[in-house]
Amino acid sequence: MWRLLRLARPQLGRLALSVVAGAAAVASSVGLMAVSAWLISRAAQHPPVLDLAVAVVAIRTFGIGRGIFRYAERLISHDAAFRVLADLRVRVYTRLEPLAPAGLADFRSGDLLSRLVADVDALQDLFLRVLPPPLIAAIVGGSAVVLAWALLPGAGAVLAATLLLAGVAVPALTTRSGRRASARVAAARGELSMHVVDLLHGAPELLAYGAADTQLDRVARSDAELTGLSRSTALTTGLGAGLGSVAAGLALWGTLRVAVPAVSAGSLDGVWLAVLVLTALAVFEVVAPLPVAAQQLERVRRAAGRVFGVLDAPAPVNDPARPRPVPAGTPVVTLEAARLRYASDAACALDGVDLRLEPGRRIAVVGPSGAGKTTLALVLLRFVELDGGRATLAGHDLRDYAQDDVRRVIGACLQDAHLFDTTVRENIRLAQPDATDEQLTDAAERAELGPWIASLPAGWDTRVGERGAQVSGGQRQRLALARALLADPPVLLLDEPTANLDSITEQALMGSLLRATEGRTTLLITHRLVGLDAVDEVVVLDRGRVVQRGRHADLVRSAGLYRRLWELEAGLTAVD
Amino acid sequence: MGGVPGVRGRHRTQDHLSAAVGHPASPTTGPVAARRSVTGVKPLDPRLLRHAATARVYLALTVGLGLASAVLILGQATLLADILPRVFLDRAPLAKVTGPMALLAAVLLGRAGIAWAGEVAAHLSSARVKSQLRAGLLRHAVALGPAWLARERSGELAALATRGVDALDGYFARYLPQLVLALLVPVAVLARVVTTDWLSAVTIAVILPLIPVFMALIGINTQRRTQRQWSTLSTLAGHFLDVVEGLPTLRIFGRAKAQAAAVRRITNEYRIATMATLRIAFLSALVLELLSMLAVALVAVSVGLRLVDGRVSLHTALLVLLLAPEAYLPVRQVGAQFHASMEGVTAAERVFAVLETSGPDRSATSARPPAAVPDLCAATVSVEAVWFTWPARDVPALAEVSLALHPGERLALVGDSGAGKSSLVSLLLGFTRPQQGRITVGGTDLADLPLVQWRRQLAWVSQRPYLFAASIADNIRLGEPETGLEAVRQAARLANAAEFVESLPAAYDTVVGERGVGLSAGQRQRIALARAFLRDAPVLLLDEPTANLDAESAAAVQDGLERLMAGRTVLLVVHRLALARGADRIVVMSAGRVVEVGTPAELDAVQGPWSALVAAAGPSVGATGSTGAAGAVGAVGAEVSG
Repeated sequence: MWRLLRLARPQLGRLALSVVAGAAAVASSVGLMAVSAWLISRAAQHPPVLDLAVAVVAIRTFGIGRGIFRYAERLISHDAAFRVLADLRVRVYTRLEPLAPAGLADFRSGDLLSRLVADVDALQDLFLRVLPPPLIAAIVGGSAVVLAWALLPGAGAVLAATLLLAGVAVPALTTRSGRRASARVAAARGELSMHVVDLLHGAPELLAYGAADTQLDRVARSDAELTGLSRSTALTTGLGAGLGSVAAGLALWGTLRVAVPAVSAGSLDGVWLAVLVLTALAVFEVVAPLPVAAQQLERVRRAAGRVFGVLDAPAPVNDPARPRPVPAGTPVVTLEAARLRYASDAACALDGVDLRLEPGRRIAVVGPSGAGKTTLALVLLRFVELDGGRATLAGHDLRDYAQDDVRRVIGACLQDAHLFDTTVRENIRLAQPDATDEQLTDAAERAELGPWIASLPAGWDTRVGERGAQVSGGQRQRLALARALLADPPVLLLDEPTANLDSITEQALMGSLLRATEGRTTLLITHRLVGLDAVDEVVVLDRGRVVQRGRHADLVRSAGLYRRLWELEAGLTAVD
Repeated sequence: MGGVPGVRGRHRTQDHLSAAVGHPASPTTGPVAARRSVTGVKPLDPRLLRHAATARVYLALTVGLGLASAVLILGQATLLADILPRVFLDRAPLAKVTGPMALLAAVLLGRAGIAWAGEVAAHLSSARVKSQLRAGLLRHAVALGPAWLARERSGELAALATRGVDALDGYFARYLPQLVLALLVPVAVLARVVTTDWLSAVTIAVILPLIPVFMALIGINTQRRTQRQWSTLSTLAGHFLDVVEGLPTLRIFGRAKAQAAAVRRITNEYRIATMATLRIAFLSALVLELLSMLAVALVAVSVGLRLVDGRVSLHTALLVLLLAPEAYLPVRQVGAQFHASMEGVTAAERVFAVLETSGPDRSATSARPPAAVPDLCAATVSVEAVWFTWPARDVPALAEVSLALHPGERLALVGDSGAGKSSLVSLLLGFTRPQQGRITVGGTDLADLPLVQWRRQLAWVSQRPYLFAASIADNIRLGEPETGLEAVRQAARLANAAEFVESLPAAYDTVVGERGVGLSAGQRQRIALARAFLRDAPVLLLDEPTANLDAESAAAVQDGLERLMAGRTVLLVVHRLALARGADRIVVMSAGRVVEVGTPAELDAVQGPWSALVAAAGPSVGATGSTGAAGAVGAVGAEVSG
């Protein structure tokens, strides 16, 4: 929480101003009632009208002031919260940046990532809904207590005690029992949601196998459990509301109880009696938002915990203190006995892999899923560090170079490349922001995107939608390829460019890929053995080890994993 | 809140604005509400009372509590207006006012009791109503069937059934009670005030209706503006997530660091755009506060000045002063709860929209008693001149399709994506029904057969089978939950699943699905095969279960598949043409029509659509200089390569 406050330091002035405006708004309505009470009491003594002039003006001012102060408060606080959000997002982004993608492996599912982003956005509630209410309550409530005390110490004491009861004890009570219940409620909610998702996503299977009613019963059971839990929550919130109301009643009744004898004894001027009573009535407005603020605090605290948990993760790769400049031209890239495991109890993702990519040559890395192919790509792009052996670029350890420099030399088109919610043009241009239209067209032509772009309603300026939703799988990969070709790195790395495509699209795309990379230093990672006779060397990985290497034609002829994969695949794809 | 895939940006903006506008003490018609008012949100939707019986009871209870509350408010003001003048003007000691003081204590306790009861009732009923709506929604959604679910995006529907319906809490616990109070209390207050001081009553009564009028005026203005800004706002709101998701891509191209500035810039643009909207949205709150506070100030000053000349008594003046704010309080609060509640109301409206969707029409046939389902070991399934168009599509998915599936026959269905293969499977499973033509089973129309019994004779394996959040054993015995473990094991063995399942620590008790262990696509597919084995149905509908698998997993699945198909009637949808070769007959489909039917040998012999497909599958790779996938193994290899 303190870290969050520190992040908001540049906006503290605005936040303070919004609290002052908020306090002025509530003070206006308390003041309106208090002064009106005085006015009426004094008027009952039939004074000259002039004696009341100041009070009349004050009442009218308070009447107008409340709305205006409230308006100002909300504008200022929202503005400040948005400004804090901008800082927060930049801060979070700069911390996330070195973590991607290896440090964010747990967030591979897009939903978790959007949860993280929603958490970041939720943090601004601290400044909108959590901090201002108690501050305003302290300012206005405190002032009311002081004024009441000045008139009649007993009334001040009654007010202080009841305000504390409603403003501190009740929120603490509801929050504490809420916290206890929330873990169980969250679990029940998760259970219910899981069964609901199963019911809806699995509906075809459920209906085909006549199991829909079973699943509906399952949903009903977890629903009943959740509803049962909400009964105890209802009782606590009800208790909170009841106690809050009791505190307000006590304030009113207690004030009367101490003020009435004081008036009859003459120690309090009767004119002030109604003022004390109506102040006690009106001031309880300040504690009303506190239980909600306390709940919000819990929510913000949990969100902050998750956000900072991610931010505090160590970066998987660090740049050297004095990075070596990358050589010009196309360097030799090698892996020497490369070994890596992601967790101490996991199997090795790479277990002594050797690889040598000479300028101008194309190497394909193949193997079943889980063989270590993607890890190999991450190592070469310097997204992860090796545990043993080394990766080199132009003869020097990859660790001697800055990460960005390595990626300038080794460019890539990764599996499921992200398309940004912008135009086709911007998505490709990303690779090289100062590219000319000619260069763009050229890259698109080589990725064989030209006719598709021409067929789009707005051509190059067509938006691709969120996560590229408007673009088919094949075109999406071609866009990613065009992007990589535009960047024109000396070494090109393609990771599973045809994953998740149907076989006809796959074959067409593979053709484009092979034509586009002809004569270019390329590492092609794939689990499908389509068109591999065009590459210079095929490296077969299995469980992190190189089990075979050579040219396609030779590998097919000799017994081994490659031949087996080839035959299996041919049996499935070939036309007999 | 938010996070629904596909419409993220939009939802986020909405959350953001409602978060922004729904400040604890925020009345108003903000942009969100304004936007929604287009859809005609009613303060109290009668459908809610119809679909959720609990809601009726709760509404009655709330009205009762609201009435009691109004009475107590009047009582409290009357007692105070009685006590204060006696003490102030007559110097009455405490002993003289013990009666009213005791009554006041009772009234205050009563109000606390109502606060407690109202809150408890609201939460309990809300939970019950949510439960009723959820159950109704899900039951109806399943009845509408997979074809409808696929259109509705089941992810969104799941979010609606859980978080969406949860948003009704705000409606029941906050909005509805305040709405009732806002209708009852001002009337009660006016009735009381008019009997003592009609001038104040007029002041209060004149200003009261101005509040909704001004709020509506401002709401309309805001709505126009917001709608104009909406697309800008949603693009800006989704930007941060987009950039974070694209981080790996940005890093590869060395663009990641530069984006930090863009994040700041766009968040600031978002702030400026949102603030422009909020400046107007908050105006309605301003008007609300101004009018209600000014009314109280006017009343206070007026009674105060009239008190000086003795035209009103102190008792009356105090009563009026105490009651005037009470008339406006519930109105102010109902505005404050508007947003929280509207989210729930919108969710409820979407639930009703689903509940009011009618399913595949069975009414024409339900009059007749369902016929007995013929035994599929002997009966032929015929598709007779069937036309089918998916809702909201122009082009028919199936046009005049006829084919027969004879007992014991293995029929392969080939064609490019969009040819109508899946539509046909969907019809056979009874998920959809033909708009013209019919499907008959041993001569009886499928429409006359009870679907449950019909499906009992089918086993269906899709391309991407769904595994449920349950044990592997329960997933395998999905169709027959009573089956013993031995039969489950046997099915797993036949499906080539036993080996990997038994190597898991909890074997068949291992929980899979969303929260369970991750299984590879091939493993999931084999569990689905085991499911089909256990079903032991005479007819198999297979939507090429080996598509999307790597070669090794595909081989394991294929092996199990062969065993499963032996001795059964099979309709096999095929994407890899090689698989069609093992069939007795091949049906080639294109653009919703059957274009060729015959045995593999017959089709190979003619230059028809089948041969064209075969030719198309090879050369696209061949053009790159490859020998083509077929090179090493096949007899046709030589023709295809090059």
